[in-house]
Amino acid sequence: MLPVLFSAMEFVLVQTLNGISYGLLLFMLSSGLTLVFSLMGVLNFAHASFYMLGAYFAYQVSAKFGFWPALVVAPLLVGAVGMLVERWGLRTVHKYGHVAELLFTFGLAYLIEEAVHLIWGRLAVEYRVPAELDGPLFHIMGSQYPIYRGFMMLVSVTMLVSIWLALTRTRIGLVIQAALTHPQTVEALGHNVPRVFMLVFGGGAALAGLAGVIGGNAFVTEPGMAAAVGPIIFVIVVVGGMGSLAGAFVASLLIGCLQTFAVSLDWSLGGITVSQAAPVLPYLLMVLLLIFRPKGLMGTREG
Amino acid sequence: MNQRTMHTLRAAAFAAATALVSYSAIAQNIRVAYIDPLSGAFAQTGEQGLAEFRFAADQINKRGGVLGGRKLEVLGFDSKVSPQEALNQLKRITDQGIRIITQGNGSNVAGALIEAVNRHNERNPGKEILFLNYAAVDPAFTNEKCSFWHFRFDANADMKMESLTTWMAGNKNIKKVYLINQDYSFGHAVKKAARAYLARKRPDIQIVGDDLHPLGKVTDFAPYVAKIKAAGADSVITGNWGQDMSLLVKAGKDAGLNVDWYTYYAGGLGTPTAMGEAAAGKVKIIAEYHSNVANNKAAKWDADYRKQAPKGNPDFYFLRGKIMWEMLAKAINQAKSAEPKAVAYALEGMRHAADLGEVEMRKSDHQLIQPLYVFTLQKSAARGGPKEAKIDMEGSGLAPVTDARLEAFTSAQPTSCQMKRP
Amino acid sequence: MRYQPLNLGRRVLWSATALLFLAAPQVFSASFALTLMTQMGTMIIFALSYNMLLGQGGMLSFGHAVYSGLGAYLSVHALNLAGQGAFPLPLPLLPLVGGLAGLAFGVLFGYVTTRRAGTTFALISLGVGEMVFAGVLMFPGFFGGEAGISTNRVVGQPFLGISFGPAIQVYYLVAVWCFVCMAAMFALTQTPLGRMANAVRDNPERAEFVGYNTQHVRFLQLALSAFFAGVSGALSCINFEIVSAENVSAIRSGGVLLATYIGGVPFFFGPIVGAVVFIFFVVALSGFTKAWLLYLGLFFLLMVLYAPGGIASIILMQIPVIRARRFGELVLPYALAAGAALVALAGLIGIVEMVYRLSEQGANTVLAVLGLSFDARTTPPWLAFGAVLVAGLAALRHAARFVSARWDTIQQSLQARAA
Repeated sequence: MLPVLFSAMEFVLVQTLNGISYGLLLFMLSSGLTLVFSLMGVLNFAHASFYMLGAYFAYQVSAKFGFWPALVVAPLLVGAVGMLVERWGLRTVHKYGHVAELLFTFGLAYLIEEAVHLIWGRLAVEYRVPAELDGPLFHIMGSQYPIYRGFMMLVSVTMLVSIWLALTRTRIGLVIQAALTHPQTVEALGHNVPRVFMLVFGGGAALAGLAGVIGGNAFVTEPGMAAAVGPIIFVIVVVGGMGSLAGAFVASLLIGCLQTFAVSLDWSLGGITVSQAAPVLPYLLMVLLLIFRPKGLMGTREG
Repeated sequence: MNQRTMHTLRAAAFAAATALVSYSAIAQNIRVAYIDPLSGAFAQTGEQGLAEFRFAADQINKRGGVLGGRKLEVLGFDSKVSPQEALNQLKRITDQGIRIITQGNGSNVAGALIEAVNRHNERNPGKEILFLNYAAVDPAFTNEKCSFWHFRFDANADMKMESLTTWMAGNKNIKKVYLINQDYSFGHAVKKAARAYLARKRPDIQIVGDDLHPLGKVTDFAPYVAKIKAAGADSVITGNWGQDMSLLVKAGKDAGLNVDWYTYYAGGLGTPTAMGEAAAGKVKIIAEYHSNVANNKAAKWDADYRKQAPKGNPDFYFLRGKIMWEMLAKAINQAKSAEPKAVAYALEGMRHAADLGEVEMRKSDHQLIQPLYVFTLQKSAARGGPKEAKIDMEGSGLAPVTDARLEAFTSAQPTSCQMKRP
Repeated sequence: MRYQPLNLGRRVLWSATALLFLAAPQVFSASFALTLMTQMGTMIIFALSYNMLLGQGGMLSFGHAVYSGLGAYLSVHALNLAGQGAFPLPLPLLPLVGGLAGLAFGVLFGYVTTRRAGTTFALISLGVGEMVFAGVLMFPGFFGGEAGISTNRVVGQPFLGISFGPAIQVYYLVAVWCFVCMAAMFALTQTPLGRMANAVRDNPERAEFVGYNTQHVRFLQLALSAFFAGVSGALSCINFEIVSAENVSAIRSGGVLLATYIGGVPFFFGPIVGAVVFIFFVVALSGFTKAWLLYLGLFFLLMVLYAPGGIASIILMQIPVIRARRFGELVLPYALAAGAALVALAGLIGIVEMVYRLSEQGANTVLAVLGLSFDARTTPPWLAFGAVLVAGLAALRHAARFVSARWDTIQQSLQARAA
């Protein structure tokens, strides 16, 4: 009896850790999207493409200079790309309305994927976890938990804390918060709101790029990675509530754990087991939530 | 008629004759249309087959071609792994008068092509098309969906499982098997066959888990790996390919999962690179060829191909492609014609002395029966692995080493095909 | 009887369209051209149905392929049953089956999804689309899994010698349905429902004040749009004789969005133009170059940036100028701009094709144009094409300024005249 209980506990513990680390990665991805949406009202379809670019840039940089420089340089590069996109693309389209902005990012996603195909080929590239982070972090009753997952969690949490600090304690953060609700007033007060927008968009892209640096070597770095992860982050932003960073955090953890645990359940409904349906459950959650509570869990606007 | 007129006439006749000869020389090329993805996510896999087939056709042409000097020509058409797009291309192909097609990537595409070819041949007698299938392994194509115009040169999913389980049955260390597959027709076929054949050959083996996951959508396999671990499996059978394969093995390594992986497609283009050293010693594949087989009569061909191979596709992978082209040339010569109907009659029932053993294209269902190998990916000899691991796969540091050779008859299975012949 | 002036323009336009549909296959008679035009016909219906949502109802949907795909699935099953003799179903009526199936699913999904509007609705449609696509692969019994469901459109006895086996007969079937659906959807825009959909798009609050339930209006609009989407799905099933998971995929949904937007969302005939252009890019262009997706993406982005009303808007902007008989003044600026654009395009195509050849690893890097061949690995062709591109863009900039100056002059004088 005791061994069974023990192995069940081990299983639950491992799955919880898996769920949390996956959720934190999803949070890293969706935080940028939420920020941009909160500030600019733009739902950036190309956000997952920035994630992909982060992974590929990191691959390129780490091949020459190693992983740690890549960790810093790649997100900055992606941020620069984001700023260029905002300055030369979104700003032009802004006057045509939100739908046009959405469609612009939609087309951009296609283009970025083609560009990646051209530059790095169509197959996966060998972007690997660095040797010093490879291996077990601790042993938990017979299973081992990899260091790299712990590292991923650490980076995610650090990032959340620093964003929160930046938004609430620094001057630029306060300007951004003000521009969230009263952009004209802020502009009247003499702040360069378009430049703030550009910085925020670039910042959001950099966050996605950072997620790509961390996630690209944990999973596979290949041109399909943007399309694979894109819909999920939309689900998270919607479920968490469009406009709420804390909501995105809660939703990421929720969906991370949901997907992880659903895989373990062998209940079936109408010939389909829950584990078969696991990757589809977030969409179901999103649709139901949107119908009954469109503000999401902690949202401040309906969008 | 004066001299001048005669001269002009002679010159004109000569010019006309030359033109006619050169025109008909071009028209004499026997064209084969290759329908596979040439753009999009799977382009490189499609390019691989095209490169190997072009090489094969070149070699045959160098040796004198077929029918006393006619050359074989391969033309690529982009299927985008979409049944509907492949049918579009088929229309272009028939417009151009090409009568032989070959395809392999995607049983969904192959199924659509078989039906389309059947319909076309029914509606256009005298303009029939022949379909040579080199990799689409849905068992149905040589069973309930069999067609006189379709020939399959790859062992189908059930046949591979038959051979694999025969080998596994002899391995007393295997006690608990976990099944994990992609949730679509191929994955279902693998799972069903694994259960049935293991039950038949080693009823003592426990199937401790059976998972189906959506195709190409899972990025985090850690939950599945945790389940495999909790079930206490020592072996995993999976038909996963592409990203689903590499992510699964990587997740297994991360969690310290100690199992043997029995796969169909872990050798597929890009997968060894993505799996990396996580796979060494643990990942096994069942296929008809790898570059380090003993008594490799195709070794020179392999080396010649690698010398001229494009950078992205360095390995010689499709021995069955070589077999297909050799048998096609033989059938054309035997039938003394490139007409699909005659060629098909010549091809069915044909035996051929291939590089690794005799193969037979069964008349009953147009399925090729050939020897198969179970092999493990080990660290290549250059990186400290066993000395048999000489040639590695796509520069990944992993090289195949044979575990066992399974003779052709091991994989042969009864068929439910009721073929209607014209 | 009220006197209504004869709308000659409308009659001429509709008759010309009908004649065009009739005559096209006589001019372009190759089998591939026929299948291209048949696909264009199907796509026109699909794009028009999508615009009922986006252009007329203001509902951006990322999952419209759900309705056409599910309509296609039900049609293919009906066709297979008819083929086995379960019930007599003449092929020309199959699109009706598809349409009714689309309508049923439109009612089913629409009732829940139209409870919200705007971005929320867009995201719900995305979620529903993903769910349906995954669901199709999970139930292979009904949906045929990865391989889909195949069928044979030659069913029953030929009627007056028409069996619908040959491609030309399929083309005419699609052409007739396309014309009928175009007329029906146009008629819908003139009905009270169509007008109220426009009102709900523009100002939902005010529409409520007038007394209409916006959710109800949107729901009806979606259901009818799903009907026509189902029709297009059934026609696609007849043309390809196969229906697979692709018919409900996000790629299809994205494709119809692109097509409609390129053509022009604010105008009724915009999606028609867009569907033709889109099919041309996807089906025809992909046979000539591997870079077709890049070209399509660039074209789409250019449209979003500089012509958000699509091709239709560009055409319609010229109408007042033509009416004022001042179009002649624009001919030269337009010709110059077109010339500059062509030069820039040539440079762009050269560079893109070279990049693609280089990235293909093993492809022939030697390209030929106008009898001159060059290797993409050497520098001269890059410099040459780059120079052409830069020159073209610079010329285009000047020409664009010229066009815009001339345009402004004309507009000013037109306004002065109207004033």
